Amino acid sequence: MRRSLSIALALVAVLGVGLAPSASAQPALNVAFLPKQVNNPYFDVAAKGGMRAAGELGGQFKQVGPSEATGAAQVPFIQDLTTQNVGAIVVSAADPDAIAPALKAARQAGIKVVGYDSSPAEGAYDVFVNQADTQGIGQGLVQMACDEAPNCAGDIAVLSATSTATNQNAWIDVMKQTLMQPQYAGLNLVDVVYGNDDDQTSQQQAQALLQSHPNLQVIVSPTTVGIAAAAKVLEDTGSAGTVQLTGLGTPNSLRAYVKDGTIKEFALWNVENLGYLAYYVAAKLISGDIKGNPGETFSVPTLGDYTIGENSVVVLGPPQVFTADNIDQFNF
Amino acid sequence: MTTPVEVDQSPRTAEASMTRPSRASAVSRLLRWESLLVLVLVVLIVGGARVSPVFATAQNFSNLTVATMEVGIMAMPMTLIIIAGEIDLSVESMLGLASAVLGFLWAAGVSLWIAIPVVLLMGAAGGLLNGLLVTRAGLPSLVVTLGTLALFRGLASVVLGPRAISNFPGEFTAFGFGNVPGTPVPWPLVVFVVLALALGTVLHLTWPGREVFAIGKNASAARYSGVRVARLKTCLFVLSGAVAAGAGIILTSRLSSARADAGQGLTLAVVTAVLLGGVDIFGGSGTLPGVVLAVFTLAILQNALRLADVSTQLQSIAVGLLLIVSVVVPHVVIRIRGGSR
Repeated sequence: MRRSLSIALALVAVLGVGLAPSASAQPALNVAFLPKQVNNPYFDVAAKGGMRAAGELGGQFKQVGPSEATGAAQVPFIQDLTTQNVGAIVVSAADPDAIAPALKAARQAGIKVVGYDSSPAEGAYDVFVNQADTQGIGQGLVQMACDEAPNCAGDIAVLSATSTATNQNAWIDVMKQTLMQPQYAGLNLVDVVYGNDDDQTSQQQAQALLQSHPNLQVIVSPTTVGIAAAAKVLEDTGSAGTVQLTGLGTPNSLRAYVKDGTIKEFALWNVENLGYLAYYVAAKLISGDIKGNPGETFSVPTLGDYTIGENSVVVLGPPQVFTADNIDQFNF
Repeated sequence: MTTPVEVDQSPRTAEASMTRPSRASAVSRLLRWESLLVLVLVVLIVGGARVSPVFATAQNFSNLTVATMEVGIMAMPMTLIIIAGEIDLSVESMLGLASAVLGFLWAAGVSLWIAIPVVLLMGAAGGLLNGLLVTRAGLPSLVVTLGTLALFRGLASVVLGPRAISNFPGEFTAFGFGNVPGTPVPWPLVVFVVLALALGTVLHLTWPGREVFAIGKNASAARYSGVRVARLKTCLFVLSGAVAAGAGIILTSRLSSARADAGQGLTLAVVTAVLLGGVDIFGGSGTLPGVVLAVFTLAILQNALRLADVSTQLQSIAVGLLLIVSVVVPHVVIRIRGGSR
């Protein structure tokens, strides 16, 4: 019995390490992606872009990460990647400050650090690849509302995430500024409501918008949960033809509504290109083509030319607009 | 090694009823559990060195140690509590509350020399609440600490809200992230070793330690033989609360970030380490050195799997299997032995 007990435990241990492949010689270009969380469809799409770039450059790609999106859980991964001496870590910060000491240690060890999706604290990265600048998103949302409202005139309302959501609030502020421009004078922002990124709450808020603003022309929902919930409400209440809907969402969650005409256009940054660009930036940092200093320029195949901006930030580009014509080209 | 059965050598006759027929086998079982863990550790270290050339480096051991110290530190009082037949599920929330209050006080301009003792006292007070509800109100600790698990986390969110405080002074964050000068030994490891030595001594070499085992084996028998069960249990919960708050301070220092959601999910990691260490979930048996070994076994297993680029899902499967085996096997062994007699 004693022996079988020992064997059982030893087996578990061996099983654990036995699954692992042996370490192989590392190629010069070795980039690791560390998303906030693994098994998250959003990051898996970004990883696809990273893999595509790795294929083009003949580099190595791997994605590691915790199962829960916390800074504390990301730290051991950063430390292990540092010990493994990868060329670069491409990281989306679950907690910008909590992972900063570990990232700074990685940089001291000569590893390049590229932020994507969510920025680590300043000083903890070489370059941050921003998916979209706040101005671009806010202005894009107003332009889409203008496209949808007949003659670019009438009442519009915003269905947002939570009232404290940093990104959404910044976009809504830009929307308000943009609406003051003369070409949008016909649009009248009558309400901003919060669905808390909860499906049910968002649906209730969308319904309330329809009831309290009978002349509503367009609902703008700059959050993936909100826009899908609003689409369902428009369809269920039969308002789909009279009230238009636009905002930010993922093609997969909105495909059906685009096909049946509930939504004519919506936008989101191209997530796959985000991973693709981040890998290229990492490769250029490793090769020394760029240092990460503001003002440096570089170009990336299929995406074009980029300039590193203030705080070493690179902006991916204008958001991708999805319509019935192009939505089937995207799978995320 | 001093073992629980020594309780029976006391002149108190009531305790004779607590003795189990297989005293000697219980001793050997515990000893064997620890030697098994040593074996697993050796296998892991050899395997780790095989899968990754950077595994067996001082820097890597320093990293893997520091990442597990909050769990290890909280596992020390948890060992005593589970041996005494209770459990404290609230430790992760107390850790979060400590982080939140520390961040709040620092942001409000309070010196860390004042804030840290205040946070530790608050941890002790939270533990006292647990202890009194268990011993005075007579509620099961599972229920009480499930309640305070939610309560402390709620308080943490009220104190700090969704913001993170991160502008701590460099000397403070160097404590959590740095090493003892000139060595690869991280500071939190020093705290862990001191705590393990202190509690190991109390548990295995002193009379109160034997009383902890006695309570876990049979609380009423212990009470009738003069053990102040309620007071001892309350002390254990107070200790657990204070130590969890200390772990919160260490985590805040290591991440240089105070957040209300710090440490979410750590209770399970703590209980996993204690059970893997050979402590009986029903109380009455277990050793502190076993738990220390288990803490390192888990840390090394996860580190080796990460270095070998094993996916996160497979990592949790490996840890889950290890825990199931550690809990199930001893009971199966006892049952088989009991049947064969």
